[in-house]
Parts: sequence; structure tokens; C-alpha cells
Amino acid sequence: MALTNEIIRQKLTEKFGDQLLGWEEPYGMLTFTSDKDMNLKVLQFLFDEPTLGFRFLTDLCGVHYPDNEGKELAVVYHLHNLKENVRIRYKVFTDIKKPDVFSAYALYSAANWMERETYDFYGVNFVGHPNLKRILNVDDMEYFPMRKEFPLEDQKRTDKDDEMFGR
Amino acid sequence: MSRPVQYNITDKPLETPISVVTAPEGYTGEGFFAARLSEVVGLARKNSIWPLPFATSCCGIEFMSLMASHYDLGRFGAERLAFTPRQCDLLMVMGTIAKKMAPVVKQVYLQMAEPRWVLAMGACASSGGIFDTYSVLQGIDQIIPVDVYVPGCPPRPEAVIDGFLRVQDLVANESLRRRHSQRYKELMETYGIQ
Repeated sequence: MALTNEIIRQKLTEKFGDQLLGWEEPYGMLTFTSDKDMNLKVLQFLFDEPTLGFRFLTDLCGVHYPDNEGKELAVVYHLHNLKENVRIRYKVFTDIKKPDVFSAYALYSAANWMERETYDFYGVNFVGHPNLKRILNVDDMEYFPMRKEFPLEDQKRTDKDDEMFGR
Repeated sequence: MSRPVQYNITDKPLETPISVVTAPEGYTGEGFFAARLSEVVGLARKNSIWPLPFATSCCGIEFMSLMASHYDLGRFGAERLAFTPRQCDLLMVMGTIAKKMAPVVKQVYLQMAEPRWVLAMGACASSGGIFDTYSVLQGIDQIIPVDVYVPGCPPRPEAVIDGFLRVQDLVANESLRRRHSQRYKELMETYGIQ
């Protein structure tokens, strides 16, 4: 029997009850969120449960919602069941003042560099990550450039005139 | 009707069979020629510049056509591209230099032996270009001194040839003592280069 979104949702609800929230299916892709402290339990269950078998971490990324008070930073896990070719999306939200999220590195080795990238651009502090340092940007960068409060342009320039360059 | 076949044969004689550089001003006589050393050195240097291409993006593609037969920078004495900085005279930086790449460009520049020149080709190498962003170096002149800027996005090969001729002018007219001068040392110190 093919693995459908209904079966995945039913399995997850049996295990975690109403701790999983925000069920959506944009473009047919099952999406849900939970409290950030539960992320490893949910991922472990998705990994271990034989009927689910989400053993491949396609992507892990961050999103910044500056208007979402207390839940400014999102960490999004894209998981893939390779056998059934089913994909799901799992999000956790965290406060930007204390952006601690448990690292999924022990479960998915691929999370190592993805979490470094997310730290690099959004400053999410992955607790338990073996080597949490910048991966793409220069090491002496002093801020997290993809957070919305930082304009895209290099702020240290003096030679570009605002009037001419539309800043 | 058969089409006329055109052969690459012309009756018109060449005006100058071989193009040679003109000798510098000097005194000539029976079996001797006297000129200023700096002019002779400049003449030799300017017609045998070895470029070091540092091509990171689309300007590099333009550079390939510049070196190929159609535009052929070799006509100006820059036939030999070397990929070893220690042998080269002219660093040609072509393309966007990300901030992570900046130390590499600087190290390549430091490995070149004096006298050395730098040509920044295209908007990105000259000023960051359209990439006014946190990750891109806003012009290579923030890390190394630049002699000639070639504007364009990317510049046509003719523009680069023009820039190269400007470099040749600088090379030909440079004082032999310039690289030992106090002013040059001060310039280097602003870039943190000893």
C-alpha cells in the first residue's frame, strides 16, 4: 500500500497526539510544526518507524519572520522517504533572542553542513552540533546576513552615494 | 550557376611587411646606438608582458576570446599566459571577487615579483558591479593596488585591448626607480604590503 499523507498524519497523531500543529498540504506536500524542544523526538520517530522510514534529509534551512513575535526564526526540515518517494516538511520555530534548537546531526549526518549554513545566515544555535562555525561567509563577519534587519548591501561602503544608488 | 570561388590571394602588396616597434630616441652612428636605459628597458618590458589571468566569471569568457585568434592579444607581446604568479608581470583580475576569494587574490599578487602591474577588468573587479551585497568585495582596489580599470559588463575584447595598451604605456614610461621610491612604499603600506 502506498504511503499517503493520511497514513503519515495518522501515525504521527497516534504517537504525539495534539503536540503536532499546523497541518497543511501545500502542493500536496504534508507540512506540520511542533514545539522546538520536540524536534529530535519527532525526527527520530519519522526515521525509525518502519512504515514511515524518512531516512533522507533533503534540506534543512532557516526562515526569518520578523513580525512573528517570539517565534521569529523557523528551522525547516525537508525529509524524504526514498523507498516510497514521499516527501514531507517539518518546521520548528524559535525565539530570536534565544535561538537554541537541538542539532539533528546524530540522526542525519547530512545535517552537519546544513546546520552550519543555517547558523551562518540566521544565527540559529544548534545545540549538540560538533563544529558550529561559519561555512560560506568570511569568518570575521560580524552579523547574520539573511536576517531581515540587515539590508542586502554592504553597509561599510563610503564611496557609493545614496542619491545615485537608490539606498 | 556555379558560385565564384574566392581565394585568399591578393595582388595588393603589403604596405609594411613586418611590424616592428620603433626604436627609442637616441644617438646613432657607425656601429653604435646610444639611448636612455629606462627607455630601452621600458620598450623591452612593454612588449613582452606576461599576463596572469585570474578569471572568476563571465569576464573570463570574454578574456578567452581576447586570447584566441580573432582578437589575439599575442600581437601585443602578451603571447605567453603563465599560470604561475612568480613569472608574471601583469595580474588581470576578471570577474566578481567574493570576500572569501579576497585573500587568494592578495596572495597571488604578493607572489608576483616586482615590477608588477594589475588590470581590473569589468565592473565587478573594479567596483563590485551589480553585486552590492554582503558577500562580494566592492572592487579589488580594497586589497591590492590597481593600475588600469576596464569598465564594462563584460567589456568587449577591444576594450580590454585598449586597457592593455594603457598598461603598456605605464610600463614603457615607468621610472626605473619608482618601485624603490618612498611614495611607492607608502602606497604599499596602505594595503598592508611590505
